[in-house]
Amino acid sequence: MTRALLTGNGAAAWGARLAEVDYVPAFPITPQTEIIETLAGWYASGAMQGRLTTLESEHSMITAAAAAAATGARVFTATSSQGLLYAMEMMFATPGWRAPFVLVNVSRAVATPITLEPDHTDVLAARDCGFVQIHCANAQELLDSVLIAYRVAEHPGVRVPVLVNQDGFYLSFTREPVELPSMDSVRRFLPAFAPGEVAFRASKPVSQAVAVLGGASYSYFRYELHLAVMQALVAYEEAAQAFAAEFGRRYSAVDTYRCDDAEVVFFMIGSFAAKAGDAVDRLRARGERVGLVRPRLLRPYPADAVREALRGKRAVAVIDQNLSMGFGGVLYAELAAALQGRPAMPMLCSYVGGLGGRDIRVEEFFAMAAESRNAAASGAVPATRLLYSGGELREVRKLQAIAAAERGEAGARP
Amino acid sequence: MFRIRFHGRGGQGMKTAGNILGSAFFGEGFEVQDAPRYGAERRGAPLFSYVRASRTPIQERGVIDNPDLVVVADESLMMLPAAGVMQGVTADTVILINTRDAQGWQARARFPGVVLAVPAIAASPPGGTPPLQSAVCAGAAARLVGVIRRETLAQAVRLELDARGRLMLDQDLRWTLAAYDAMSAHAGCVRERVAERNGVTAAPDWIDVPQDSVRRAAPDIHATASSEQSLTGTWRSFRPVIDPGHCNRCSWICGTLCPDSAIRVDADRTPHIDYDHCKGCLVCVAVCPPHAIRAVAEGKAAACEKIAQ
Repeated sequence: MTRALLTGNGAAAWGARLAEVDYVPAFPITPQTEIIETLAGWYASGAMQGRLTTLESEHSMITAAAAAAATGARVFTATSSQGLLYAMEMMFATPGWRAPFVLVNVSRAVATPITLEPDHTDVLAARDCGFVQIHCANAQELLDSVLIAYRVAEHPGVRVPVLVNQDGFYLSFTREPVELPSMDSVRRFLPAFAPGEVAFRASKPVSQAVAVLGGASYSYFRYELHLAVMQALVAYEEAAQAFAAEFGRRYSAVDTYRCDDAEVVFFMIGSFAAKAGDAVDRLRARGERVGLVRPRLLRPYPADAVREALRGKRAVAVIDQNLSMGFGGVLYAELAAALQGRPAMPMLCSYVGGLGGRDIRVEEFFAMAAESRNAAASGAVPATRLLYSGGELREVRKLQAIAAAERGEAGARP
Repeated sequence: MFRIRFHGRGGQGMKTAGNILGSAFFGEGFEVQDAPRYGAERRGAPLFSYVRASRTPIQERGVIDNPDLVVVADESLMMLPAAGVMQGVTADTVILINTRDAQGWQARARFPGVVLAVPAIAASPPGGTPPLQSAVCAGAAARLVGVIRRETLAQAVRLELDARGRLMLDQDLRWTLAAYDAMSAHAGCVRERVAERNGVTAAPDWIDVPQDSVRRAAPDIHATASSEQSLTGTWRSFRPVIDPGHCNRCSWICGTLCPDSAIRVDADRTPHIDYDHCKGCLVCVAVCPPHAIRAVAEGKAAACEKIAQ
């Protein structure tokens, strides 16, 4: 094993290379492009065997990925944000084809207004489509998760695509030390795909985009897909155990940090969780019993593991780096559903922050921990807080004042 | 942990400088994070990169707002608040600026800490390619932190710039090491800092976001300006200059491939560059079949024009 500095994008590309993928349908988008550039370089130099094809859109790219996967090839692809949204029709259609492949999404906030930096509104828009979702917090975890994702996707009881998510910029463009597993050890963990009946051939046509009329037949197929995704809980656990046995790194479906005796925990996904981890260390140094719970698996939802991690805690500050318009945070809603009616479950406080890469500062983590603790003590559930400071609003007001003055509006002052 | 920010303009190689320094720290056994941060993704736009290096695993991510060292490759950024050069600096921060007037900047910024000038590395041979800021800034920064050996830095340059070819690599290596050597008097002036784990932290000034009128809250641009009125010529760091003696009047290649439609072709097939809108991407320089277009540094372009007149 060698240790090298890799960006998140480099780590994702190495994951595909080590998985010895056969086919990469590609379409560029910031901040993902570096992944397909890296793979294209390796195909050009002969370091990888197989084929990379540039498609004319993400919609076609996902179609090509699933169609190739249906022939039994091992397929890798990647996108981000607006690209994922553009592909959305096929994101919903292809899992029903029951052909396994891996998609890396590099989270970037969505329009309007258009921007570049990350939040999870893009990937959560793909929450309900039938892809398994694995969320990563660092480059090592990303490389390793791509390998685990193939084991899960290709599991005979699962056979659906897996989406592996990383945050744009904070992970995609950030280099950090990554252990590159040897080819031999990866082959032991992830042998070549034995596709079995996943064997579409032009000479033996199968129609996978069928129509059914009548809710009962439709429901049957959708329930089957749901059950297959649920089965990925078991497949993921098996894969994570086999991975730990081979490489010594254990990726449980729900990661916990300094949680054992914690009274208050932060609950969040992705690379911003490092900021929460830092806040936990600082609060612990002050003698406060605070921890961090970070689900890696979001679909299927690891409800048992989440309940296990939170049992006996007093309060949870759920930090959603996404915004469901007209409701609030998606993680909060799902966590509330997972805990509802169970004994000894904590008070949940909901925060929305980190949209479009907006920082979540250490003093905000401190305040969220304190507010959650107080809420548990008083029993009064606070309203969802949209993290924003007076200073930030003043800066926006200044820009609005300039804009208003430039177009000569009366009363332009804020 | 060491926390270092490099500020420059797109094209000056600050991402590369961060990569070289990151690799050098890594070569010395540090845990490392290095990353570029850019918004506009264009040549000449302000950008920065940052490097964290620690002897233990790093529990931080994203932009550094408490730097120990700030390196500024382009002193014009000092006057641009949006570039954020001075963000989070304290009296303990060392500032390294590419300038001939470090003391002047210290006074103008009313900065109480150490301000140093990036060393002036002579082109070699004289009159040859002037040193790249990526190399010089990385070399100087590596010396200031005091924990990177000369041979480790050289190895980092080789690792990061391997793809550039032998000639470029040798040149970059020479510049980087010359800058490293030139800063010997200041070796170790940037101190490794233990995070203030127990520091008192002020409460956030959270507010409830007010609901504004649609007129104000929709992210619309109401101004009537068109792209013609927006003079993007100021973005250039190099300008393409057509040599009419070599232009073979093909009539279409440079003009068609210019992504900004900034090259107009006359009825007599002569191309003219609209310098008010040419952003200096230099696609025309690359595609001109008889190589009749060359790139001239903006700083020198004015002098060239005078001579031409």
